[in-house]
Amino acid sequence: MSEFQAFDFRTKFGNRYFPAPVFTASGCAGSGKELSQFFDLNELGAVVTKSISVRPRSGRATPRMAETPSGMLNSIGLQGPGIDDFLAVDIPWLQSKGARVVVSISGETVEEYATLARKLRGVNSLYGIEVNISCPNVENRGLVFACDPVASRAVLEAVRRNIGGDYPIIAKLSPDVTDIVSIAREVVAAGADGLALINTVLGMVIDIDAIRPKLAGITGGLSGPAIRPIAVRAIYQVHSALPNTPILGMGGVASGKDALEMIFAGASGISVGTATFGNPTAVTKIKEELLALLKAKGFKTLKDAVGAAHV
Amino acid sequence: MKINSRAVQKSVEVLSNKKVGSYHHMVFSVGEMALSAKPGNFVAISVGGPNSAMVLRRAFAIYRASDRGNYGGTIELVVAAHGSGSKWLSERAIHERVDMVGPLGTAFGIPTDQVNALLVGGGYGSAPLFGLAEVLKQRGCRVDIVLGASTANKIYAPLEGKRSVNTMTLTTEDGSAGITGRVTDVMPGLIQKNSVDIIYSCGPMAMLEAVDAIAQGAGIMHQCAVEESMACGIGVCMTCVIPLRDDAGVIRMQRTCIEGPVVDGSKVIWGNLRSIPQGTLGFNQ
Repeated sequence: MSEFQAFDFRTKFGNRYFPAPVFTASGCAGSGKELSQFFDLNELGAVVTKSISVRPRSGRATPRMAETPSGMLNSIGLQGPGIDDFLAVDIPWLQSKGARVVVSISGETVEEYATLARKLRGVNSLYGIEVNISCPNVENRGLVFACDPVASRAVLEAVRRNIGGDYPIIAKLSPDVTDIVSIAREVVAAGADGLALINTVLGMVIDIDAIRPKLAGITGGLSGPAIRPIAVRAIYQVHSALPNTPILGMGGVASGKDALEMIFAGASGISVGTATFGNPTAVTKIKEELLALLKAKGFKTLKDAVGAAHV
Repeated sequence: MKINSRAVQKSVEVLSNKKVGSYHHMVFSVGEMALSAKPGNFVAISVGGPNSAMVLRRAFAIYRASDRGNYGGTIELVVAAHGSGSKWLSERAIHERVDMVGPLGTAFGIPTDQVNALLVGGGYGSAPLFGLAEVLKQRGCRVDIVLGASTANKIYAPLEGKRSVNTMTLTTEDGSAGITGRVTDVMPGLIQKNSVDIIYSCGPMAMLEAVDAIAQGAGIMHQCAVEESMACGIGVCMTCVIPLRDDAGVIRMQRTCIEGPVVDGSKVIWGNLRSIPQGTLGFNQ
């Protein structure tokens, strides 16, 4: 048996197995069609879709983006077609290409998350749902759900109640909190099977010529290698507290080394986001580099490497 | 619609890099990528080298593409070293390699009939118009071109470009070359004199808007290559959007890298492009 066949690269979230642990990150792979010109989507562990909402969203005005040192700031405003169009068009296309699909959802109220979960419940062959709770809660003065343990729990309970017992749920958490472990405990208690760590970090850039914020949205989410140490820290802390909860690690992964660092911190899978903007084939490159590194370091399975850095 | 269906990613060699006025004219050996490039398309280039802090790709309109010649397929760009990424690219020496993705985006539509075309370019936005002019001339069209800028050395008007047009008119705001004023000052006269059937434009958004007002006023079809800053160039980042009316009349925030850069000027919701117009699908400002 060759070395390649001997290595077990699989990972598991909830009751779903994925043949490789490298996924796209939500909002960084378009509809999938844009990247499928550059590689086969079924080469990836999964395609995590953009966060989809109940109704269509135009997103925010431009400028929506500013490059920052080793990163970028974005304020897109979750532009998207709404769940009905998305289920009619995007999901069937992705599945026709053999992609394993994890649907990311976002809402402005607990009820919207519940509605989205009900609509997804009947969709065959999805590999899971990522619940993006880094959204303003319009019923609580716009406080972001992910910054409030009670609201985070309410969303995950509503999603679990509406989607059924064994449907894999991954809760995506914000790093902009005092104690990410306490939020992680709440969403896992509410029914999340896994955790996606981390969403972007709130940031801001000011145009010193215009003397105005650079983004139309004023603040934006910072991503890219600049935030990677924050992600590694969050993954390490949460894995220490909840060693049996699989973590999808993300935040500035641009190479196999970066991915391995997160695996060692406690991630069971990796999502690649901003790196795709700089390189359309970043996700498959990172997957190959990660596999080669794990083998070179003598691991026989991905699972053996998860959390290996913990002392 | 197939997305990015002609795009490839390739490490390409710099064959030439010459300073022309305020710009750099660069030639890259791209192989078969040149075969599928059409006037109006662009390429996206990774900048800064492997350890760069610049994580985003830069988009450049294709000046010319050729599938013949000593070096096989070539793509030529006119680079304005505005920011740190374009400055890095403009400093690449012959034989250095860069990572290029292309061709990307929509192309200028070419009429099947022999028509009278007016091409309008602002600053280095004139670059993609010369490749277009060559195609139009080959089709037997009359091609007149107007190029404008704030000052003479910001006009990109190479000698060989003049051969592919019937007339070339220059305008500068400071009067350092051609007619003192703006492209829109000379357009009405040219439209009348040459019985213009179609207008093509490329340049700053404010210029495109002014050109479109003249085109719509005269009832002339107008295709413009728009510019909004992009992070990826391949349709995944959703940053380069402008409000466009679709065929059903619905206003959508559309990506200028996929539905553009060349768009029908009458479909653009001009005014304040950096806002979400009332009535846009999913308006949530």
